[in-house]
Amino acid sequence: MTVTAVRKDTEALTMTLDAEFEASPERVWQLWSDPRQLERWWGPPAYPATFTAHDFRVGGRSEYHMTGPDGPTPTGYWQIIDLDPPRTMKIEDGFGDDWPSEMPGPGGMNITIEPIGDGRTRMTIESTFPDAAAMEQLLAMGQEEGLTEAVGQIDAILGEDALANAGDRR
Amino acid sequence: MHVAPPDFDRMFGALADATRRDIVRRAIDSEEGIVELAGHYPMSFAAVQKHVAILERAGLVRKERIGRRKVVRTNLAGLLVARRLLDQYEELWRGRVGRMTDLIADESKETHR
Repeated sequence: MTVTAVRKDTEALTMTLDAEFEASPERVWQLWSDPRQLERWWGPPAYPATFTAHDFRVGGRSEYHMTGPDGPTPTGYWQIIDLDPPRTMKIEDGFGDDWPSEMPGPGGMNITIEPIGDGRTRMTIESTFPDAAAMEQLLAMGQEEGLTEAVGQIDAILGEDALANAGDRR
Repeated sequence: MHVAPPDFDRMFGALADATRRDIVRRAIDSEEGIVELAGHYPMSFAAVQKHVAILERAGLVRKERIGRRKVVRTNLAGLLVARRLLDQYEELWRGRVGRMTDLIADESKETHR
C-alpha cells in the first residue's frame, strides 16, 4: 500500500493524503510536469484524461478533458499558482468556459514532495474546496461514471423524501 | 495509520434499525427534543434516548439548543454531503496514486532490462 495516511476535515472541506514511492523526488515531480505521464494517471483507464495544454510554470495554465463512453467532457483547467521543483507545487483546479451551465469555483491542490531515505519519496497532497458543490463537480470530473453510484446507498436507505428535504435545506 | 473510513460502517450500522431511520427522517425538519420524539414510538424514553445516542455517535444527528430546549436535528449538510464527498475524493486519489506507482514500476522494469 503506497498511500500511508489520509486526513479529512468535513468542516474545512479538505483532504490530505500521504503516499510513498520507490523513486526520487525528481521522478515523482516528472509525473506532474510531463503531460504524457500526467495523462496516464490523472484519469482512470476507462475515463482517461487528455491534456491539450500544459504550461507547467508559475502563472502557467493547463487544459484537459476526460473521455468517457459518451465522448469528451468539457474542459477542466489548472492554473499554476506556485512551483518550487522538485519540492512543492500549488495548483488551482477549475472548470473551463465551455460548460453548458454555471460552474462552482475552483478547487486547490497543495503538493509537497520530500525524500525520506533509502531512495524513497513521500508525496503529500492537500485538496481544498470552496464548497460542497465544487467538490461534487471536481469528483465527477475525475472519475468514470458509475463510481459515484456507490454513494447512493445512504440515499436509498433514508428514502427519497429525506433527500428531497435535504436538498431544500442545503 | 489510516485504513478505510470508519464512519461509514458506523453510519450504516446506525441506519440498520427502522426506528433510527425514522428518527433521522423526522429530525430533518422537526425541532423535537427526546421527550417529544419518544411520543412517536411504542417504547420507553430511555430506549429512544439510546437510539439518539447511537445516531449521534454516527454523526447522523446532533443536539442543538433552541432557547431553553435541546432539540435533535439531522446533520445532513455536514455529513451526508461533505463526508461522503471527501470519502469519494479519497478513493479518487487512491486510484491516482496506484497508477503513479505503476508508472514508476513500469519504467524501472524497462531500465533494468
